[in-house]
Amino acid sequence: MSWTKKVLRINLTKGTCTPEPLNMEWVEQFLGQRGLATKYLTEEVPPTTDALSPENTMYMITGPLTGTMASTAGRYSVVTKSPLTGAVACSNSGGFFGNEMKCAGWDMIILEGKSPMPVYISINDDKAEILPADEIWGKSVWETDEWLHAKHQDPQLRIAAIGVPGEKGVLYAAIINDLHRAAGRSGVGTVMGSKNVKAIALRGSKGVTVNDPKAFFETTTAAKKILAENAVTGEGLPALGTQVLMNVINEMGAQPAHNYKDSVFAGASKISGEAMLEPRESDGKPNLTRNAGCFACTISCGRISTIDPQHFSIQNKDDLHHSYHANSGGLEYEAAWALGSDTGVDDLDALTYAQFVCNEQGLDPISLGSTIAAAMEMFEEGVITTKDTGGIELNFGNAKAMIECTELVAKAEGFGLELGQGSARFCAKHGRPELSMTVRGQEFPAYDPRGIQGMGLGYATSNRGACHLRGYTVASEVLGIPIKTDPLETEGKAGLQIAFQNATAVFDSVGICVFTSFAWSLEDVAPQLDAACEGDWTPERLGEIGERIWNLERLYNEAAGVGASADKLPPRMTTEPATTGPAAGKVSGLATMLPEYYAERGWSPEGGVTAETKTRLGL
Amino acid sequence: MQMSLVIDANKCTGCLQCEMACSYEGEGVFNPTKSRIKIFPFHEEGIFVPYTCTQCDEAWCMHACPVEAIVLNKTTGAKEIVNDLCVGCKVCTIACPFGTVNYNADSGKVIKCDLCGGDPECAKACPTDAITYQDANWTGYDKMKDYAAKAMPAK
Amino acid sequence: MKHLIIGAGPSGVVAAEHIRKFDKSASITIIGDEPEAPYSRMAIPYHLIGNIKEEGTHLRHTAGHFDNLNIKIINDRVTKINSKNKSVELTSGGSESYDKLLIASGSRPVSPPIPGIGQPGVHSCWTLEDARAIAALAKPGAKVIQIGAGFIACIILEALARRDVELTVVEMEDRMVPRMMDSIAGNMIKDWCVHKKIDVFTNGQVSEIKKVDGDHTFKVSVKTPNGITELDADLVITATGVRPCTDFLEGSDLIIDDGIIVDKNMQTNVADIFAAGDVAQGKDFCTGEYTVQAIQPTAAEHGLIAAQNMVGAERAECGGTINMNVLDTMGLISCSFGLWQGVEGGESCQLVEKDKWRYLNLQFDGDVLIGATAIGHTQHVGVMRGLIQAEITLGPWKDKLLNNPLQLMSAYLACTQSAEIKS
Repeated sequence: MSWTKKVLRINLTKGTCTPEPLNMEWVEQFLGQRGLATKYLTEEVPPTTDALSPENTMYMITGPLTGTMASTAGRYSVVTKSPLTGAVACSNSGGFFGNEMKCAGWDMIILEGKSPMPVYISINDDKAEILPADEIWGKSVWETDEWLHAKHQDPQLRIAAIGVPGEKGVLYAAIINDLHRAAGRSGVGTVMGSKNVKAIALRGSKGVTVNDPKAFFETTTAAKKILAENAVTGEGLPALGTQVLMNVINEMGAQPAHNYKDSVFAGASKISGEAMLEPRESDGKPNLTRNAGCFACTISCGRISTIDPQHFSIQNKDDLHHSYHANSGGLEYEAAWALGSDTGVDDLDALTYAQFVCNEQGLDPISLGSTIAAAMEMFEEGVITTKDTGGIELNFGNAKAMIECTELVAKAEGFGLELGQGSARFCAKHGRPELSMTVRGQEFPAYDPRGIQGMGLGYATSNRGACHLRGYTVASEVLGIPIKTDPLETEGKAGLQIAFQNATAVFDSVGICVFTSFAWSLEDVAPQLDAACEGDWTPERLGEIGERIWNLERLYNEAAGVGASADKLPPRMTTEPATTGPAAGKVSGLATMLPEYYAERGWSPEGGVTAETKTRLGL
Repeated sequence: MQMSLVIDANKCTGCLQCEMACSYEGEGVFNPTKSRIKIFPFHEEGIFVPYTCTQCDEAWCMHACPVEAIVLNKTTGAKEIVNDLCVGCKVCTIACPFGTVNYNADSGKVIKCDLCGGDPECAKACPTDAITYQDANWTGYDKMKDYAAKAMPAK
Repeated sequence: MKHLIIGAGPSGVVAAEHIRKFDKSASITIIGDEPEAPYSRMAIPYHLIGNIKEEGTHLRHTAGHFDNLNIKIINDRVTKINSKNKSVELTSGGSESYDKLLIASGSRPVSPPIPGIGQPGVHSCWTLEDARAIAALAKPGAKVIQIGAGFIACIILEALARRDVELTVVEMEDRMVPRMMDSIAGNMIKDWCVHKKIDVFTNGQVSEIKKVDGDHTFKVSVKTPNGITELDADLVITATGVRPCTDFLEGSDLIIDDGIIVDKNMQTNVADIFAAGDVAQGKDFCTGEYTVQAIQPTAAEHGLIAAQNMVGAERAECGGTINMNVLDTMGLISCSFGLWQGVEGGESCQLVEKDKWRYLNLQFDGDVLIGATAIGHTQHVGVMRGLIQAEITLGPWKDKLLNNPLQLMSAYLACTQSAEIKS
């Protein structure tokens, strides 16, 4: 049985750590990880709760396969109410933290209340302690990681921590585990910081077992073979990482640039996965040292990179962490796009540096890059000036300016504090809310809804605000998985998006990486799950669970005031046609797709979850 | 034909599939802390080094055992712990200059790689061929033996 | 060719087996003075605990092992060696001739000069016979006093504690295991014992063991800096160290210091006589000096080298054995290697974690590891031997170790396995 059936509830106000049984009835309905924690959230945290108040609760949760030998089975999620969006937040991370939590004997760790002083949580199997963190408050994630390893003298300690932005209320602070894996989006790190929790340090020695070992090995081995033989998971991702997408998306005219003014970026090839393999002049080494895997991952898309030792970003900085001169977690596509393409910066090393800063300090590079991009557009239009920016010449393409902004947000100082509120609040403050490329207050990722129509519908309806990871129809519209659809066409996209959203909700609840869905369908997931834990897990049942999770999230958002009223895209997407590339002349057909989407969801024409749908799904 | 585990650190992605396969084979649980093969990450250098017993000819562990609880499997060449005979004295853990025999406090006995009786689970689980089970005459094995020789002068 | 081996311990048995490996036709005889099949003293504590039967202590387990190898084992004791006519005299009255002789007679416990030491109820713990006697007297509730807190004393503690006896340990030095543990480690082990409800007197000396009438068998006087304490006892165990069994060599031409002096071929000063194991004063790898180590790995290594040279096939040399020990004191596992005391001018580092019962101390000479002590660490500890004995140049990793000694395994891998991580 791959569940431990145990939850560690930490009440920070009272300073207590209490074990409790996992609600197995909810497991039947909502599986684990994203689905299950959302159920806990909806039961325990009223939708109108102030996300940064002690009344909000944060759930760190594994899935049923987490900690097993199934490929990619090291995932955990952080679920809470988001301070950025006001909606449900669910951020998923890999690395080695999730499996360690399971190995320590916990399916979920709940952080509730607020500690009166900075603390960190130490968990060693059954022993959980709330310990003082005065010495690391104000330090970066990397410094915290070093300090905790030294303090506990355990090289195998697995650590998730926040940096300075999470402490100081930057609204898109991430939780970073294992130095460079992130529960990145929606400000889950900000919630952790609001509770005065700096880090969670885990050590588990109990291990994980499965219900039917023979069936488990058969099904997981077969499933791994499918990953290995798939062009995306077996070739593209290991070789080039998520950066495999940079040239592909750019060439099809869906790579937003300059705060979505453009749909093609001229400098894309210079910051692409392929560029990361090119030896550089200074030391003859490429940016990429090697690919790396999270726990149990047979895909291994992770990048381990160095910054060019001659690059300006790391010169003459005395207090720079030593890792900037060594290998660390390298560029992912979304970061390269947001910090690069969207800001017009085509300097690979500047982007790698900014990525390192995001890892070191715990920042979502998508929200950061997009917010800087919006600020750049306003700077170029004269809406803001160097008076606002503290002297930074914030033009598109200015790598130095992008880096300065990144550093300021990382320190949560000066202009950085303003940028740290995210693009929606920043643009509204300066009177140009329409320049914010956000839905529900969360910044767009790297796919132009005018060039990939399904993604526009996805952003508008995403339960955690604009996001590519809630319904990645790019798979179908660009890569032809499972079938090729026309990216410029709106017809059929409602059904496609719903299918992706429901299936993804399942993948996010199992303990595996969503990237497996390039090769696996629920038909491949179900038997692995069925072998690992009790219960009868069929693809049909999983499909229903996915739909139930989606509707549960939607109901919570409705009650929180960010339901149907927030299902919209910025006017630029619906009124300003793309000017360049294959999508030139196109706008997003959201108005066409949305009613279809509501109807196919079984929602009211206004986008409300109907009583029939609730009854059908047992909500 | 003698087979041996051949390890190529440059291919390792640090995913720990081998550790899980090993712990499951040996202890019936997915638990990296109970694995006989270990991945050592070198973060700043960007390399992961899988490490386990090379079944060295010198067999320091086997010769140091006071009760003949480590024996040579003539088919595989592995030096295997005989659990019924191991008293848990741990002399082998200090005798092995490669540090690949470890004490397991739960069982009160030592554990080491036994090549899974000739079908090593770690090699089967490795997705990148960083760990392979090959003809011992393959050149990679010579390279590994060179490492061993460098690490420990011959008697 | 007739090979005669005195001693049926690990060194003698390993030598006999290797002689057979090199010479299929030679005559091989082992003379052992205990009635049992060849066994390992290392295993006695586990027998006392009850984990294994007596057979579990045996060096070899295959039925007919020695017969199959045509190795003859005689239960007798050598009283004299006649090197002129190449024979030995036996207690039973007979004699055995040899072409090559190996003395692997081991060591025996030192009997401290305490009044009352010789009476029944006072035992050392060295042979299976001793173990049987201790097992018979160490009944639940019995009061047991152990004199000495060295290696052997520590490994039998658990066996005694598990028998639910009331245990007191008296050690002359200021800490436990003084000959293999430094002050911090020896005191941590003492604290552990106290934590496990064992009374420990360091800086203590037993001055008398008096037989008395009453509930308990003995009154034992213990002298400490605070005065004299009288303790009840039903069983007194002496574990105050061992010394080489060389008594029977009196009058021989062999040069004997602490043990029998051998060269690097395990050859004594007398032609065709070799010595190995606890009785031999062989070359220490770390110091280059000749010392008695009395440890299992050295016994086995000596036996192997002696065998090769006795057969004469090749001149095998012992480059020096490394002094090392691993000790399990009621579940607290400790080990030490080489020059754990350090050398003058050498650097060292230590990590003391009293709350976790962990300790690690590394000693360097230049950028080479020369000694180490560890408590509570059981994973990959062998690399300490590897680093010391291969004299691996640590380069930049020495500073990393000085900063964090727990990086030992990474240092080892970086310096031996991969050029990429060396720098």
